[in-house]
Amino acid sequence: MPRYVGYKRPKNTKKTLKSLLHYFGYYKWMLALVALLVLISTSANLLGTYLLKPVINQYILPGDIGGLIAALFGMGVMYLCGAAATFGYNQLMVKTAQKVIKKIREDLFAHVQKLPLPYFDAHTHGDLMSRFTNDVDTVQEALNNSFTLLIQSFLMLSGTITMLLVLSVRLSLIVIVFLMVMFASIKFNGKRSRRYFQRQQAELARINGFVEEMVAGQKVEKVFNHEKADLEEFCRRNENLRKASTGALSYSGMMIPTIVCLSYVNYAVSACVGGLFTLAGLFDLGSLASYLVYVRQSAQPLNQFTQQVNFILAALSGAERIFEMMEEEPEVDEGDVTISRVRKREDGSIQECPEYTGQFAWKKPDGTLVPLQGQVQFEDVVFGYVPEKPVLNRISLEAEPGQKLAFVGSTGAGKTTIINLINRFYEISGGRITYDGIDIRDIRKRDLRLSLSMVIQDTHLFTGTIAENIRYGKLDATEEEIRRAAKIANADSFIRRLPQGYDTMLYGDGSNLSQGQRQLLAIARAAVSRPPVLILDEATSSIDTRTERLIEKGMDAIMEGCTVFVIAHRLSTVRNSEKILVLEKGVVIEQGNHEELVSKKGRYYQLYTGQFEME
Amino acid sequence: MLKRIFSYFHSYKKYGFLTVFCVVSESVFELIIPLLMADIVDIGVAGGDKAYIFRKGLQMVFCALLALILGIGSARFAAVCGQGLGAELRKAEYEKLQSFSFSNIDHFRVSSLVTRLTSDVTNIQNTVSSGIRPVCRSPVMLLVATGMAFSINKNLALVFFVALPVLGFLLFQIILHVRPLYTKMQVAIDAVNRIVQENLTAVRVVKSYVRGDYEIEKFDKVNADLKNTSERAFRLTAMNMPAMQFVMYGTILSILRFGGNMVHVGTMKVGELTGFLSYVMQILNSLMMMSAVFMMLTRSLASAKRITEVLVEVPEITDADSEEIAVERGEIEFDHVYFKYKKEAPEYVLSDISFHIESGQTIGIVGQTGSAKSTLVQLIPRLYEATEGCIRVDGRPVRQYPVEHLRDAIAMVLQKNTLFSGTLRENLRWGKADATDAELEEACRIACADEFIDRLESGFDTEMGQGGVNVSGGQKQRLCIARALLKNPKVLILDDSTSAVDTATEAKIRSQLAEKLPNMTKIIIAQRISSVRHADQILILEDGRLCGMGTHEELLASNGIYQEIYESQKEGAEL
Repeated sequence: MPRYVGYKRPKNTKKTLKSLLHYFGYYKWMLALVALLVLISTSANLLGTYLLKPVINQYILPGDIGGLIAALFGMGVMYLCGAAATFGYNQLMVKTAQKVIKKIREDLFAHVQKLPLPYFDAHTHGDLMSRFTNDVDTVQEALNNSFTLLIQSFLMLSGTITMLLVLSVRLSLIVIVFLMVMFASIKFNGKRSRRYFQRQQAELARINGFVEEMVAGQKVEKVFNHEKADLEEFCRRNENLRKASTGALSYSGMMIPTIVCLSYVNYAVSACVGGLFTLAGLFDLGSLASYLVYVRQSAQPLNQFTQQVNFILAALSGAERIFEMMEEEPEVDEGDVTISRVRKREDGSIQECPEYTGQFAWKKPDGTLVPLQGQVQFEDVVFGYVPEKPVLNRISLEAEPGQKLAFVGSTGAGKTTIINLINRFYEISGGRITYDGIDIRDIRKRDLRLSLSMVIQDTHLFTGTIAENIRYGKLDATEEEIRRAAKIANADSFIRRLPQGYDTMLYGDGSNLSQGQRQLLAIARAAVSRPPVLILDEATSSIDTRTERLIEKGMDAIMEGCTVFVIAHRLSTVRNSEKILVLEKGVVIEQGNHEELVSKKGRYYQLYTGQFEME
Repeated sequence: MLKRIFSYFHSYKKYGFLTVFCVVSESVFELIIPLLMADIVDIGVAGGDKAYIFRKGLQMVFCALLALILGIGSARFAAVCGQGLGAELRKAEYEKLQSFSFSNIDHFRVSSLVTRLTSDVTNIQNTVSSGIRPVCRSPVMLLVATGMAFSINKNLALVFFVALPVLGFLLFQIILHVRPLYTKMQVAIDAVNRIVQENLTAVRVVKSYVRGDYEIEKFDKVNADLKNTSERAFRLTAMNMPAMQFVMYGTILSILRFGGNMVHVGTMKVGELTGFLSYVMQILNSLMMMSAVFMMLTRSLASAKRITEVLVEVPEITDADSEEIAVERGEIEFDHVYFKYKKEAPEYVLSDISFHIESGQTIGIVGQTGSAKSTLVQLIPRLYEATEGCIRVDGRPVRQYPVEHLRDAIAMVLQKNTLFSGTLRENLRWGKADATDAELEEACRIACADEFIDRLESGFDTEMGQGGVNVSGGQKQRLCIARALLKNPKVLILDDSTSAVDTATEAKIRSQLAEKLPNMTKIIIAQRISSVRHADQILILEDGRLCGMGTHEELLASNGIYQEIYESQKEGAEL
């Protein structure tokens, strides 16, 4: 049965094949075993056909029933071996393929975890997702079926051609010419239908995009009674897709009848020429009959062979995309300064200890301990997402331990960028960022990030219960800790009103909660982790001012002793900060506390009195 | 279920019949060719008649060409009817989707609706396009070959009575057991995809909490589960081949055994025996083909089920009780309204809400995050249906208005605003399809969007990009207001839709609305007191209950919650 694929050819077949084979690791001998079993199974099949003649001639015609039964018994054993081999290779192949596929998915996911953020910015989720779905699927399909079918059809084809050559070299020339014509037409047709499939893919993407946008914007559509216009647009795209895919399938569907027709013409020509040969005495009647049987058999394996080659090529190009992703450079992490739990000795010095004391220290590679305080300093930091366009231009700032630092400024001023540099989501291109005097590039990344807690602009929640989502901040948090964190974030009351309280399941990024509720959960998540540095990026933008007031007390409790970075467009959120930095186009244009900045009557004053738009 | 799906063939049905016709006649020609071949050998070659050989050879070529034409025709028609079915299904689903209320959509979830409309339909249409050929062909082959076998030797053909049921039973068992496995596999695939998707969207959270290892552990678990279920499903599917070979080989051996005997006794000729054998192969082959189609069908059954679920879902909000009336004035009344999203939910989201708005009044609504302000206003244009109580517009229950008329009269600017890909003009014309530039400009002037539109490079022809990424948040909000104004509504609802607009501009929008559209009822949900303090009435919501109502001064004097909100914002306002 034809499967339809619109694939692109792999760019570097050899290399991809090598990487793929590498995945088979010690299953490589399994592949060899599978190949052997396919050989046995195919031979049993071919041999069975071949043995018919001697069985008839030697036993049936002379009426040797005893001999016949003995011969059939022998054939039975052979057939049994064949069927057993078929069973064996199918099962082995599926088992091996699934192991390999599992390993590929596992490695791919593990590698994704190591990729740096700029990679995610540069690729759409749909693109990355399709490596896990479409690409892995095509590889899986090919491993499940194509490998064995390829060997099988190759054996069948070469077996048949050998038999033809044995029976008559001259007559076989006709068959070989026809096989070549068939091969050429398969290639030609494949090329053309590939073009059609690409068009179909493009149309499919167009309609998918439309559906996604419209389903997401459903409320607006309803509010504006815009259903009819959208339906029209949908129908237009739907019709385009229908046309494109009808074309694609018509072309690829023509392949089989074409091959069948060619094989019959081949059959007819062979029969006529063979007949003439026989008349001329070059061939006997019995040989002609069995010759023609083989001619008839030859087209099928060729067709299958080319089809499987196509599937394998498609799988290889899928595999290529997978391996490409795995070869992407992971995040650099050369830091060797780590964080240790410490206890204060009576003389004021500190000592490492295994239990949680709430106190931490940097442990340098030479074993010296520096108490973790939370002092962060930027020295002439330069950064751009693309090197030509610097977003931050020689930014210098300092946050003392326990200080609250706020950033304000219009969208695109570089506020979020600054805090994304502290935890090394992005690497700076100039200057230096230090943390308690240590260059952050010398700190091991996981320790650096664990020492910071972030509540970011877009709240993301995971499928799981509310409690599990809060526990994300500290995996070994107790029920008690979770409840306390939720109370601090003022989320406890709404959680308790949900049907299953803390055990309520969240789906699809918490879409069953309001934006504000999701932000409260994100704050609770940060509260449970209790790090020395806290970063709040528009953490309360969807929370009303009164609730914000209620959280404030809790927030103050979390922030106590913490260095805090705050970004907010609501100025009531930032006004009690020790230091406020006003950013514009990647430069700090004003700096100071609320009173100082208001009395300066500069940009901050304009923002604060509503004369200037934030976003 | 399949019946339901196939009922969407509509006008493509005739292509279906054409395909069947082509496939069947193609098979007939293919069956004739071996007979012609036999004539060449038995009569032409045996009789030494060259002319006969060529004539038969030409007939064979002719049959082959006819088979080619029919084959191409069948491919074409199969594509037309399969893709046609797909297009009709997508359209039917999309139309159905548009009739859904939000509770219907919540029931399916957005992401799953998209797959149901796309990949599930693709599955079905490909099954039809590629399955129709073997489905029509194998019964013909089966029947003809069985007939031939019987005509050669009835007694020997009795072997089939053992072989066919055995093979049929084996294949049936495989299909029976593999079906639930495919369903399980789909669930496992969904779980894997979900985790990957979540990790892609929440990559910053994962990284900042250093939870990579935790996520990997989570992934490995679902991945192992997927491996196990798909291994089981595929291994069972792979039993097809050996089962088939087992039966086929057994049949061949028995035919040789019994046939041999018959040849020996003289009731059968050798030629007949070999001919018989080739028909055996054909019969079993067509059975095999049928089972492969069944496998494919089994896999697409899951898709068919998911599509049918969408098609049979009953839209919650319909025009069943409506009369041909339209909103005239824009007077709104809530009469002891209760609401919850799901019937089984223990607590109401809105409880016992009653108030009255005169036509042309301006109403402010304030309240905490999650106090159900947005839910409340969404009941007015029937985006959701009140669970208990009654909402009246112009004194008549909203259910009595056709939904289209009701929503035409009520313009709403949502909290989560969406602009669509297309130009600014196209986006604004959502409000009024045939709006002139003068109308567009007027609406933009009221919404204070005119000043930045002039600064845009191509004015109204500026491309918005998906979700309106090409304008800032504050600009987007003002465009959405302009879009709503173009509807020329009786009621305007602004759901926190000026939060990113600076206070000075916001005040300007407010005064222009009051001045230019005095008869329009305006409902404003806001965080900032400054946005609502001039309203005729302010409603205060707390935990889904109405906790106060009155003018700014009245509430400031008597309402504790309002005072608190006011206090929390006072400093900024007084500067």
